[in-house]
Amino acid sequence: MSELSEASGLLGYVWLLVAIPAASAAVLLLAGRRADRWGHLLGCASVGAAFLLGLGMFGQLADLDEHRRAVEQQLWTFLAVGDLRVDFGLLFDPLAAVFVLLITGVGFLIHVYAVGYLAHAPHDQTHESAGTARRRFFGYFNLFVAAMLVLVLGNNYLLLYVGWEGVGLASYLLIAFWFSRPAAATAGKKAFLMNRVGDAGFILAIFLLFAQVGTVQFSGVFAGVAGMSSTVLLVLGLLLLLGATGKSGQFPLQAWLPDAMEGPTPVSALIHAATMVTAGVYLIARSHPIFSANLTLQTVVVSVGAATLLIGAIIGCAKDDIKRVLAWSTVSQIGYMFLAVGLGGVAYALGLIHLLAHGFFKAGLFLGAGSVMRGMDDQVDIRRFGGLWRFLPITWATFGLAWLAIIGIPPLSGFFSKDPIIAAAFDRPGWTGWLFGGAALLGAGLTAFYMTRLFVLTFHGPKRWTEGQRPHESPPVMTIPLILLAVGTVAAGWLMSTSVVDWLTPVFGEAPEPHGLLSHGQVTALTMAVVVIGGVGGWAMFRNGTALAPAPAGPVVTAARANLYGDAVNAALFEKPGRWLTRALVYVDNKGIDGIVNGLAAAVGGGSARIRRLQTGFVRSYAMSMLLGALLIVGAFVAVQAGWFA
Amino acid sequence: MTTDFQLPAIDYQAISPLLILFGVACLGVLVEAFVPRPARRRVQLGMALVGVLAALGAVVLLAGTNVVTAGGSVTVDGPALFMQGALLAFGVVALLLIGERRVEPGGAFVAQPAITVGSEADQRQASAPGATEVFPLAMFSLGGMALFIAASDLLTMFIALELLSLPLYLMCALARRHRLISQEAAVKYFLLGAYASGFFLFGVVLAYGYAGSVDLAAIHAAVDTSQMNPALLYAALALIVMGLLFKTAAAPFHVWAPDVYQGAPTPITAFMAACTKVAAFGALLRVTYVAFERLAWDWLPVIGVIAVLTMLVGAVLAVTQTDLKRLLAYSSIANAGFVLVGVLAVGRTGASSAMFYLVAYGFAVLGAFAVISLVRDREGETTHLSRWAGLGRRSPLVAGVFTVVMLALAGIPLTGGFTAKFAVFSAALEVGEGWLVIAGVVSSVIIAFPYLRVVVMMWLSEPSESTATMVAPGLLTGTALGIGALAVVGLGVVPGPVLDLAHDAALFLR
Repeated sequence: MSELSEASGLLGYVWLLVAIPAASAAVLLLAGRRADRWGHLLGCASVGAAFLLGLGMFGQLADLDEHRRAVEQQLWTFLAVGDLRVDFGLLFDPLAAVFVLLITGVGFLIHVYAVGYLAHAPHDQTHESAGTARRRFFGYFNLFVAAMLVLVLGNNYLLLYVGWEGVGLASYLLIAFWFSRPAAATAGKKAFLMNRVGDAGFILAIFLLFAQVGTVQFSGVFAGVAGMSSTVLLVLGLLLLLGATGKSGQFPLQAWLPDAMEGPTPVSALIHAATMVTAGVYLIARSHPIFSANLTLQTVVVSVGAATLLIGAIIGCAKDDIKRVLAWSTVSQIGYMFLAVGLGGVAYALGLIHLLAHGFFKAGLFLGAGSVMRGMDDQVDIRRFGGLWRFLPITWATFGLAWLAIIGIPPLSGFFSKDPIIAAAFDRPGWTGWLFGGAALLGAGLTAFYMTRLFVLTFHGPKRWTEGQRPHESPPVMTIPLILLAVGTVAAGWLMSTSVVDWLTPVFGEAPEPHGLLSHGQVTALTMAVVVIGGVGGWAMFRNGTALAPAPAGPVVTAARANLYGDAVNAALFEKPGRWLTRALVYVDNKGIDGIVNGLAAAVGGGSARIRRLQTGFVRSYAMSMLLGALLIVGAFVAVQAGWFA
Repeated sequence: MTTDFQLPAIDYQAISPLLILFGVACLGVLVEAFVPRPARRRVQLGMALVGVLAALGAVVLLAGTNVVTAGGSVTVDGPALFMQGALLAFGVVALLLIGERRVEPGGAFVAQPAITVGSEADQRQASAPGATEVFPLAMFSLGGMALFIAASDLLTMFIALELLSLPLYLMCALARRHRLISQEAAVKYFLLGAYASGFFLFGVVLAYGYAGSVDLAAIHAAVDTSQMNPALLYAALALIVMGLLFKTAAAPFHVWAPDVYQGAPTPITAFMAACTKVAAFGALLRVTYVAFERLAWDWLPVIGVIAVLTMLVGAVLAVTQTDLKRLLAYSSIANAGFVLVGVLAVGRTGASSAMFYLVAYGFAVLGAFAVISLVRDREGETTHLSRWAGLGRRSPLVAGVFTVVMLALAGIPLTGGFTAKFAVFSAALEVGEGWLVIAGVVSSVIIAFPYLRVVVMMWLSEPSESTATMVAPGLLTGTALGIGALAVVGLGVVPGPVLDLAHDAALFLR
């Protein structure tokens, strides 16, 4: 940790970053119908103002000496219980600054886009006016941004938890916003349940911290890490990791995330790209002294990341719903981030670079998907698209750039962020380097394959639309954010791979010399080869559409036939085993994890129903149970007194 | 033997809150007899409110007092004053709910609930203003509670217990609507309450047998010196604790709570949930911390098991409830378990966290019942969950208050519920009772679900034919709602002052 500086100038107003969106959320949710007409504008303006403020603070922070780049601001004492004292204090350091800019910057673009998207979204299911629904939506949206800012700006774990719960609550409301769809309500419930499992881990970790070091403030905790036994560190890290996996949709708590796709598209984008799912990565990055202090812990994090990135990529290959493919790809990409932060050292910065890059291109992809859906009457099945590039040129271009970025083609951001992660994974000593490096490499190939499939099926190949569809480009209020995000996608990767590492050095420390199994050049070459194979393979397989496409007609019958052979070979060699594997994973995912979750719920519910029968309503049976209770207590006390337990 | 009976010295100032409460209660009886019927309600309500506020003022003025007075039967110390203050603050809010009569024409009470429903006499009763007897009853009960918290010997405590309970049984039976379940609730509560009192009294007898005194401090002293068989002492401890746990609705003595909470008129349910809980835990804290502190290592595991059981039973059973009043009854059981966690962190931090928890819980639950009293159809209150679907669309403001309250009960940060849970759990950790914390976190995860389900029902489903209507709150209920919501949010965002106050107050005088 670097030393603290005096909070002067703009940096004395860090609290405004949280206060502006929070105040706006309060106005939107409490003002009632009066705010219907201008509510969405206020929502956008507040996040925009927070972004400008964050930018100014970022500038001031950059002017400070490299080793004193952090300011703290104590607002008031939040809790004082016994020896524990928790202040409502904010910490603005390079790590927080990066997140603030991402949240408010990308968040602002998504807000603007949402104005256009909601103008079109169906309101007929609700009795309330479109204006009221829109106002409420932006109220939740601002609440979400405010909670996320509390999460990244808090200077202690408890405040982080406050933001953590706030984000969960707001996302729960946002996911279930389209309440009339039962699926949306179920998805909201699932998200809530799985997040609670993670949250329980997190809050237990906070209590453990309190029991061990007597404080939950970051500086105090990290100073106390040296004094903890390795067992305590392991338990603490695992509890934090449980919280992080719940929030970030990582194995084994990944199932809720794709279901959350039921919310309106801008929400999906905001939740996925900029904010909520990155909270887990933030938690681990913020807790890096804890995770760096225990090798077993790092291995667990890396394993979770590697497993998730493969699971997400494989399932992503098998989905036909455009938003679900993107959701699984998010799961997979966050797997890369976990992998990176689990590797420790300089790889923390790599994970964060990938997070930032991902923030841009994934927001672009989701917003692009929303634009496609808007043009295609809310169709989400990619088998029903095709040939759209001619009709939605801006969406096509921006989506294409984001596609190239996510699969990691050189001049774009994904290359600069993903490639070093794969190299860093190979840098791990011994066989684990091969294992995790190999997994990351395989994941890159799969990503190239399924993203190409998605892109080709949507924008190229023959039209497979349903009757009477007339695709049309979205209005400027939606396309301008898309263009800005695309610019970010192009520019950000290179910018970040050079400057962000330097920027974060005071947080994570200097980069050690690589001592890997393969040189960086070799890894890059391998990665590129895998990506090209995946991408070209995907293009070749799907350029003529899929099962819904009309049979290929035309002069080149032999070629078509050859293609068919190819399909058959593909099917025999790759598709079937792949499908089995996918099915198995989907099965485990649906039955296994859900089974455990549902089973838990069923066990609680069933147990509840069974015990409920004891509540007969008869005074005599109540009196009997009280008597039994009394006998047990007296018996227990007498036993204690007689020393039977001693 | 000469009869040199001396009147004990009484510090009238120290017991002035009690005197005010009992005085107003007695005056209330006279008002019933002499004031003409049309003016009675206004006089009674005004007198009760002024009385409780005056008693609250007296408690505030007494801050810092530490005396044992009235012949050693009343202790006025930090915890007593803090909890009396909380009790009286809740009392004000509960009186506002009891006094409301815009929501239900004539008020929620009738004087003669035994009259056959729909008979001629009943119709006359229906047009007459409701029972004003409820005000002196509530004042007697409040006085009993205030004494219960401050009682420094077991006999005074027993008298206070009866004093607070008997009016409660009566008030449970006075519902204007749903009279049968109201009377059933009253009878059940009475029978089981009397049963529990029997256990308590038996415990008092055994304690006297062991220590030769019913004074809490004397029992404390006798723990080391008495020549009697210690089994007496342990049995006494078990039975006394059981009698008190009954009032807190801790498992396995919680069985009465769901039926009584559901059947009692909603303002009385609110009164019970907030005030009785404070009084019962006040007495429990005093008994365990003053009389039996030296046995703490022995009762910790036993009451610890009860706490875990209480939290889990309340949380798990809350999941399947479909009636809101029953849901809140199970929630009150689970919350009793959470307070017990604080009680079990024996020491100043434990006591202060338990007291803070009671404050946070009381305001939340008063707010919740205030909202429940507003959701009605032609048959009266509709407490079935399905009838609440889509209420958020119809009356966003009141539904918003209910949402805040539910979030507080679920322990979401920035509400009083979170601060309170955090306080009791960290207090338990400080004394090394990690197992209670784990059980507590697990239960709070489970019980968050039913609360959130209500929120979802209100906001995220469509209003339908069966959706009940939300009656616009009158001045009294509106004030109660406002106080509840503000307190819940205030205790979550800036809990510091109240936490400090609880900490300063949390030293028992022995």
